Amino acid sequence: MAELTKQGLGRFFARQGILVAFVVFMIVFALATPRFIDIDNIAGVVRSSAILGVMALGVTFVVIGGNLDLSVGSMMSFSTIVVLDLHDKLGPALAIPAMFGLTLCLGAFIGFLVGYLKLNSLIVTLGMLSAIHGLTLTWSGGKNMDIADKDATWFGVFGQGYVAGVPSPIVIFALLALVLGVILSRTPFGRKVYAVGGNGTAATFSGIPRARVVFMTYLVSAFCVATAGLIQASRSMGSQNTVGQGLELEVLAAVILGGASLLGGAGTVFKTVIGVLILGFIQNGLLLMGLAFYAQYVVTWVIIILAVWLDIAAKRGRLWSPIA
Amino acid sequence: MTDTTPALRLDGIVKTFPGVRALDGVSLELLPGEVHALMGENGAGKSTLMKVLGGIHQPDAGTIYIAETPVVMTSPQQAKREGVVFIHQELSLADELTVAENIFLGELPRKSLGRVDWQTLYGNTDRILKTLNVGFDARTRVGDLSIANQQMVEIARALTVDPRAVIFDEPTASLTDAEKVVLFEVIADLQSRGVGVIYISHRMEEIFKITDRISVLRDGQYRGTLNTAETDEEEVTQLMIGRKLDLSRNESHHEMGDVALEVRNLSCGDLFRDVSFTVRRGEVVGFYGLVGAGRTEIAETIFGLRDPSGGQILLNGEEVRIHSPQDAIRRGISLVPEDRKGQGLILGMNCRDNMTLPQVDDMTAGPFVSDGAEVAIFDQYRDKLDIRTPGWRQMVGNLSGGNQQKIVIGKWLSMRPEVLIVDEPTRGIDVGSKSEIHNLIRDLAAQGYAVIVISSEMPEVLHVSDRIVAMYSGRVMREFTSEEVTEDSLIQAISGIGGDKVA
Repeated sequence: MAELTKQGLGRFFARQGILVAFVVFMIVFALATPRFIDIDNIAGVVRSSAILGVMALGVTFVVIGGNLDLSVGSMMSFSTIVVLDLHDKLGPALAIPAMFGLTLCLGAFIGFLVGYLKLNSLIVTLGMLSAIHGLTLTWSGGKNMDIADKDATWFGVFGQGYVAGVPSPIVIFALLALVLGVILSRTPFGRKVYAVGGNGTAATFSGIPRARVVFMTYLVSAFCVATAGLIQASRSMGSQNTVGQGLELEVLAAVILGGASLLGGAGTVFKTVIGVLILGFIQNGLLLMGLAFYAQYVVTWVIIILAVWLDIAAKRGRLWSPIA
Repeated sequence: MTDTTPALRLDGIVKTFPGVRALDGVSLELLPGEVHALMGENGAGKSTLMKVLGGIHQPDAGTIYIAETPVVMTSPQQAKREGVVFIHQELSLADELTVAENIFLGELPRKSLGRVDWQTLYGNTDRILKTLNVGFDARTRVGDLSIANQQMVEIARALTVDPRAVIFDEPTASLTDAEKVVLFEVIADLQSRGVGVIYISHRMEEIFKITDRISVLRDGQYRGTLNTAETDEEEVTQLMIGRKLDLSRNESHHEMGDVALEVRNLSCGDLFRDVSFTVRRGEVVGFYGLVGAGRTEIAETIFGLRDPSGGQILLNGEEVRIHSPQDAIRRGISLVPEDRKGQGLILGMNCRDNMTLPQVDDMTAGPFVSDGAEVAIFDQYRDKLDIRTPGWRQMVGNLSGGNQQKIVIGKWLSMRPEVLIVDEPTRGIDVGSKSEIHNLIRDLAAQGYAVIVISSEMPEVLHVSDRIVAMYSGRVMREFTSEEVTEDSLIQAISGIGGDKVA
């Protein structure tokens, strides 16, 4: 009987490990620093995680499809700079769709290289990280980009506004998570993403157009990046060329923390959201406990590596195994 | 066999996994110098039992005795120290290293400063290789060896520890007849040195040729041990599946319809040339030939996975061009591929989603996948094909080989194809499921499907086909009807002798 309970618990942990970790985490931090569970603090964390979160939603599609996207940070800088520049030249109503169009072009290009030409996604997106950075600098001429008259535009609603008392970045993040979550779990396209990432050859043998599905995952990712760029630009009304630098790794960290398999075929939007929140609360909790912000870099990655290890350990039923 | 102290004894082994009782009090005894067959359908518990013996799984109950001393196997390394070694079906060698390095990997002889003592290494290796009577030496790169010789390297590796018991898991799966003979000599040699051999295989001829006793598992339970000399295939099969197996010649005669698929002078580079044949509704056409004769490549070309370099494909008398699997599926062609796990299934996906994958676009209510429609399809084909699974949520990777194959077949049947191509329908599948799948193929033909069966097993081809196309080196050598075919003429045709070109 005790054995059965133990087995049941083990299976629960293996399946819901990330959720359990999240709850344990919140309790520990709440006990250590009472301010942690303050509603304003929590709202603040979610709000500042929104940009990272929106990007992580798109990368979830790419990763489940069996590929990587390391270009999202650099692409987010591009979107931010482009929309700020066009804002003063075309007005916000035209600037926003133009920026989305251009960002989607970048996503389509990556999708073409990885999906149709079947190039290694690590190499392609690493290369694009650098190439897009160059593109951004060329666009801006290396200067910071600012909206000239910050009070005369409605452009701030995406980053600074509120909907029914909830900060708009949170609303956008939640809505996008809902829509993409439904697409991934409930539509034929979502099913194909899992199939292509789970076993690309078998997907091909089942008549799934593998190249097109991979292409589409990069479009989803680019759309999310454009949305993140919009929130970023709208919040600060001005930006450096490097605003998204390094975010690609944090995004990937959140997706992995959420439990998406780097080999493809596994993961969910919901779990990625949890991964994003854990990452946000870890960093917030460490600050509240008085650690310098740069300690985050170390602690964050130690926790991620631990998470990956425990995930694998849960799957094979022991912490260490001589066979993979 | 004068020594009657068992080299190895398993007593009352129990192993449960969540939801499954994989081993239910299994006992097994292996004498020194004995070749002991372990048989059972896929999923009967053979591999689990061997994993318990090899220290990969810990039993929930029961004891392992080595020479009547109880031992607890905690790891594969410990099993090896106890003199229990495994020759696996899937080879685990490093292609880029030499034979010697592979054999002594992890325990290379050393000189001072940690340098490898190559002279001793090669010397020791060659001494072992000599006892195996193989045609390669210690310095050969493993990647340059044939599969059979790579298996010899695995065996040589086992011999480095002076084993008490050697377990062969489906060792002949990828060997030619000549290579099998060498393997059996090695086993006989082990036997004469007093080593106990456990031999796991589905192949009856081999079992009866080389083993002394046969132990049978069914559904995780021990079903008995027979003396090989005193039993026959029928008794063993009955013990394994609880009923008889029919592997006679196909003699069914039902009405055949029009020609569904015609192939004219189809060529694809060097893979095959000038291939022509027809398949009628209600007919099973068997493609028989050696591995590499071009049979799978023809199927892949018809299914749109390869572009032909010449020739025509006609469906219902009309020429069609097929550029992708999507084209093929739209035109009613289905392919059950030869590599079930690599090409047929997404192992980490559940049974239902695997089955409905090719038609997921049509399984919708509005923009969403309809659970109801999918479950309905799954239930229908689970019942029709008698797929044994706890439910559609089960990951396909957790099913037995036979049930996995039925999922793939169900996937393609549910597309209601005009032409069904089945490549190696029963590779790696236990006897029971094998005969079920054979019956299924016959039934499909009777229902009016045009079926192509590609197989490397002659009894299978003879059993299911109405006509047999014999291929050799990318060419059709001869076509036989099921009445005129003989085993001799078939073998000659696929060896490039006595085909139409010569006759």
